[in-house]
Amino acid sequence: MPFVPHSKADINAMLSTIGVDQIEDLFDEIPLVIKARPFEKIPENISESELTRLMTARANEDGVDLNFIGAGAYEHYIPWAVWDIVSRGEIMTSYTPYQAEASQGNLQMIYEYQSMISSLMGLDCSNASLYDGASGLAEAILMAVRIQLDKPKKILILGDVSPNYLEVLHVLLPHQGIEIDLDLNLNLDKNIKNLYAAVVIVQPSFLGLIQPVDVLTDWAHAAGALVIALVNPIAMSLLKPPGEWSAAENLDKGADIACGEAQPLGVPLAFGGPYLGFICCKKKYVRQMPGRIVGRTIDLEGKEGFCLTLQAREQHIRRAKATSNICTNQGLLVAAAMVYMSLLGETGLKQVAKQCYLNALALREKLIQIDGVKLIHTGPWFHEFAVSMPLPIDKIREELAREGIQAGIEVNMPGFSNVLLICSTEVHTSLDHDRYVNALKYVLSQAKIESCFNKNTELDGVTGAEKILC
Amino acid sequence: MVSRVRYTESHEWIRWEEGENIGTVGITDHAQDLLGDLVFVELPKIGAVLAQGQEAGVVESVKAASDVYAPVSGKVIKQNEVLDQSPGVVNQSAEQEGWLYQIEITHPDELEKLLDQKNYLAAVG
Repeated sequence: MPFVPHSKADINAMLSTIGVDQIEDLFDEIPLVIKARPFEKIPENISESELTRLMTARANEDGVDLNFIGAGAYEHYIPWAVWDIVSRGEIMTSYTPYQAEASQGNLQMIYEYQSMISSLMGLDCSNASLYDGASGLAEAILMAVRIQLDKPKKILILGDVSPNYLEVLHVLLPHQGIEIDLDLNLNLDKNIKNLYAAVVIVQPSFLGLIQPVDVLTDWAHAAGALVIALVNPIAMSLLKPPGEWSAAENLDKGADIACGEAQPLGVPLAFGGPYLGFICCKKKYVRQMPGRIVGRTIDLEGKEGFCLTLQAREQHIRRAKATSNICTNQGLLVAAAMVYMSLLGETGLKQVAKQCYLNALALREKLIQIDGVKLIHTGPWFHEFAVSMPLPIDKIREELAREGIQAGIEVNMPGFSNVLLICSTEVHTSLDHDRYVNALKYVLSQAKIESCFNKNTELDGVTGAEKILC
Repeated sequence: MVSRVRYTESHEWIRWEEGENIGTVGITDHAQDLLGDLVFVELPKIGAVLAQGQEAGVVESVKAASDVYAPVSGKVIKQNEVLDQSPGVVNQSAEQEGWLYQIEITHPDELEKLLDQKNYLAAVG
């Protein structure tokens, strides 16, 4: 088919037909403030090489901060080979396979990813991935509701969960008539028999805590609810995987669906995305799993090959009745996760997880020695912890950022004030921890002196030496 | 006993014995031919109460997934369990061994409004 561009005459004919003077008028309703304008801080008419020099210089001014922010996205060391392989043209440009069986390499890559992630979760199957962890949780909930047709369209989330994830749930679920209840205190005395289609267990929780998943799983299953595990994949190399949760003999073993954010597996932080969602389930529920699945099969000549299965349920065929209408697979990031997992292997992943815990533990021990810094929770945890600070968190973050340290994020949850969530992974050294601790000590002592000074200036006749001693 | 069969425009058939209120339901040979190799059949749960024309299940082939509708109102009393493992039976014998489910007919008058074989075949050309 030839490509025929619109001529001026064509354009004028179309404009006069709809009674519009010029093309720009069609975009009138877009407010001026969001329309593209020349960049203020870049001189006009500079060459590409000049622009590159300018932007490099400005980027260097920012430096590379030590990062102790976790809260859903985690900095890990990514072996160079991962993106060296993934940057190859044939992988870099692959999206979801539309002429699927013509892309055997692409399909095999997804198949290997599925095998690895489902083995990490201890479950039977995985799909070819989803957008990110938050939409992964939303899809897991929709899936559970489709399976549990005879149960109320209600979900219970146990323990603390990321506020960002909750926002995504509140965007996607109410329109499908699904209600969400939260239980931060794991109140297992409550009778929830047949009240919920599914119970979500977060491991580790948003605040880094390891949950008693066996007890919670049995409790949910005994009440007739499915169990959705929202987990950190790195942590699962060390902790019991969702497929093995549950202690009781007479109940279904394991979470029914596992989902989460796979960014920690070889995907850089990249200012918040693109990331990679995963979803796995028991085989008996695979028909309700959203998205596509790659299977291994044999062709007419008996040769091994890969194919897309279950695609007849997808939006391009089932339309309104598709299992999901917002699902895709993240081809490129799936490739990265797959290469990352293959390079590290089971042992490597375990080592990463262990080192994360040991590093976070070392930092935590040092921090809680500081006067005024208090641990919020006791009990088992993974690589992230919450501490209360004697100063507003904004102030601490600002001051530490000036020292090239990203201190963490503030916990904005009911009942929390001046609480900082801090993560340390295998990328940090004890020198990095010392930088954090020293910078924090300095900020706190400065604040103390300031407050003494402010107090003492109100008193007459106090000498300089006494001010310091206050 | 006289066995009778009627068809719907959405390509289901229902067979029952004259004077009895138990109907056996399936998809037509024409429908299975259009769908191609079936890979999965989702059947209504036993005990489910269906209204005429209501979605009763899904037949899924390598190229399409289609809803199956209840030809008459009634209560599902039996599923063809063979289809769980061997959905291909529908392709081999859509109007005999490949039946989907049995229904206790609550509104027998609805049967008379369905197509007879001659009219169904004429409708699908």
